Amino acid sequence: MTAEHVTTEPEMSEETLRSRMLGVVADWSSDQRSFKSASWGKAMMWIFLVSDTFVFSCFLISYMTVRMSTTVEWPHPSEIFALDIGGKKIPLILIAIMTFDLITSSGTMAMAVNFAYARERKKAAMLMLATAFFGAAFVGMQAFEWTKLIHEGVRPWGNPFGAAQFGSSFFMITGFHGFHVSIGVIFLLIVARAVWRGDYDVGRRGFFTSRKGRYEIVEIMGLYWHFVDLVWVFIFAFFYLW
Amino acid sequence: MTDASVPQNLAPPPAEVEDVELYHAHSWITKYVFCQDAKVIAIQYAGTAITVGILALVLSWVIRLQLAFPGAIPFIDANVYYQSVTMHGMIMVVYMLTAIFLGGFGNYLIPLMVGARDMVFPYVNMLSYWVYLIATLVLVSSYFVPGGPTGAGWTLYPPQSILTGTPGYDYGIILMLVSLILFIVGFTMGGLNYVVTVLQARTRGMTLMRLPLTVWGIFAAAVMALLAFPGLFVACVMLLLDRILGTSFFMPSLVELGERKDYVGGSPILFQHLFWFFGHPEVYIVALPAFGIVSDLISVHARKNIFGYRMMVWAIIAIGVLSMVVWGHHMYVSGMDPWFGFFFAVTTLAIAVPTALKVYNWVLTLWHADIHFTTPMLFALGFLVTFVNGGITGLYLGNVIVDVPLSATLFVVAHFHMVMGIAPVLVIFGAIYHWYPKITGRMMDERLGKIHFWITFLGAYAIFFPMHYLGVLGMPRRFYEMGDTAFVPASAATLNIVITIIALAVGFAQSIFFYNLFRSLKYGAPAGGNPWRAASLEWQTPETPPGHGNWGKHLPVVYRWPYAYSVPGAPEDFLPQDAPPLRGEHSP
Repeated sequence: MTAEHVTTEPEMSEETLRSRMLGVVADWSSDQRSFKSASWGKAMMWIFLVSDTFVFSCFLISYMTVRMSTTVEWPHPSEIFALDIGGKKIPLILIAIMTFDLITSSGTMAMAVNFAYARERKKAAMLMLATAFFGAAFVGMQAFEWTKLIHEGVRPWGNPFGAAQFGSSFFMITGFHGFHVSIGVIFLLIVARAVWRGDYDVGRRGFFTSRKGRYEIVEIMGLYWHFVDLVWVFIFAFFYLW
Repeated sequence: MTDASVPQNLAPPPAEVEDVELYHAHSWITKYVFCQDAKVIAIQYAGTAITVGILALVLSWVIRLQLAFPGAIPFIDANVYYQSVTMHGMIMVVYMLTAIFLGGFGNYLIPLMVGARDMVFPYVNMLSYWVYLIATLVLVSSYFVPGGPTGAGWTLYPPQSILTGTPGYDYGIILMLVSLILFIVGFTMGGLNYVVTVLQARTRGMTLMRLPLTVWGIFAAAVMALLAFPGLFVACVMLLLDRILGTSFFMPSLVELGERKDYVGGSPILFQHLFWFFGHPEVYIVALPAFGIVSDLISVHARKNIFGYRMMVWAIIAIGVLSMVVWGHHMYVSGMDPWFGFFFAVTTLAIAVPTALKVYNWVLTLWHADIHFTTPMLFALGFLVTFVNGGITGLYLGNVIVDVPLSATLFVVAHFHMVMGIAPVLVIFGAIYHWYPKITGRMMDERLGKIHFWITFLGAYAIFFPMHYLGVLGMPRRFYEMGDTAFVPASAATLNIVITIIALAVGFAQSIFFYNLFRSLKYGAPAGGNPWRAASLEWQTPETPPGHGNWGKHLPVVYRWPYAYSVPGAPEDFLPQDAPPLRGEHSP
């Protein structure tokens, strides 16, 4: 319990806690909706993200397993992921920029959600475009990094620096994450266009679904985007810092 | 009926979400082919699943013929045998059972049973079916490529699954892996729909503890599938990379035919972990919907409320949770730290507690009940017996020490066919006989149904009971030919011939079911809206078969649980979920 809670409700006793727990139970066992404040779309995105978490977890755990079980030494990340800038080898510089870029995009995404709910369409659309731009820049930098490694002789089936599984898991996992970012960029562009045109104000129907959209889609989009960012933090930690 | 007549404790709460607008089909194509209506999608799913299921049934005859008459049938060589074993297993487990329970019954029953107009995202739901169809087509297409389908066994264990000696090395294994990846993508789209529809789209008064157990079972299975399929997805992606790009995730350094392969330092055990992290929950993804459906069949046809409803729900959840942490029991002989073996044995045997609880509750539901031996009821009872039998052999295989000598013998084959082959298939038949009147508006023929039941039920026992004995003798599974084996007596061959003849006969006897299924479409007795006098919501639709949007102008309001049978003081022996409450009624 935080200090704030204690000051606002000094009499928060075991009894109150119990009644709040019962409130959770009551919501869950009530009719119609188990998550009272979540729309269908939002609930679906959350559950999808849980499932996707399992996919990424399986990928990362497999990576850790092969890294630990291989008999050949693992390439040293601070040397492999270093860039030559002005004659100096700077370790992890590209990845620092990429991480900064992606985290910035989370910021613009959060602002876009805010403006979308405030019905400031142009601002929201511009911020979503900015998010898409950061996302595309991330994928671009990833392509640059891949090209650099491939030039140095790293291949999915082997590399001159050490264990063959380095290239395999690196290309597979960053590729899978980059695929998520790319899908996100495409969806951002589609939603940004709809927000810019005011589709959600005039009740324009979706091309495929023939349903009316709502501004909530920006927030749902944001959930996905933040998730992809969060996953990157883990990939970053496990690949570049370990 | 006005709300004023309703006792306070049973008054329906106000509507929280506005009624959704549905996509209205304008053409024949959007009404019957690219249809967004969950009921049509359900029939598409079930139809495809049954079709590939028949293919898998034929493949099982190929296996049986070889085992009974080794070498007697010219076209069954070792490759064809292994390919049949592989495709039979994979199709039955994934493309038939999973698809028909979740895609078929899930799509048809969830919206009707929770009182929704459709799944929450019908368009995504439609995509789910079409991706599933493409996945099955990719799988079946492996019969038409050079080398044929893969013969790696349904578990696809590397290294052998992607080495040149295995049949289907060229294309079969690639098509298998691509097909599985597509299946998972398609399933995820459907699974999200099932879960969100149950959680967020119930009608007024339909609380979680008033859901029919069918919905609980399918819901829990869908959640488990969303968490377990990622393991298979990742395993398939990595195995595909190993096969196509020559990565070494699963492939250690090895020599094949005197030639050193380029693979270095991979971990074959990793594949087994990923595969069984999916593979074990998969057993319960198939079993939980069967548990749910069978609870409803027993309750309806025994005219009695299900015994211990809450316990049944918690047992489903407990089984779901436990089944995620038992996958290691498939790997006792793969080389495992004894402490892990201990852990997995304990969790495995712990599942027996909630499962036994369910069995006791089914039996106690039948206790002093007004049992009607209709065809669905016979199949439900058949399930009960078969499941107990299969479960008891599970206790043998769950123990490390007992499992080691029994593993890779026909004992294992007998065990899992009883528990996750025959038992769920009996439920599928029972469920089709039970819900056919709702789906088509006509009854299936009871006499043919009963003949079908007795042949299938007794036949299944005649096939799989002797297999336990063969397994204890030490007869290995998946062997193309036994050769000269001292420990297997000659009489085992006779037994194998008997099993094969019965298997062929029981397989052909399924045509009785299909004859009944199609004939009743036209000639079946008109069923009316609620022929079984069932209380749950899907029988209360204004039209039969339910129309587009399921519920006419207004969504139903639910006042009680779906098991209000033989309620004292009620006008009939059942009270529909949406019937206005009686004076002084206190229904869960």
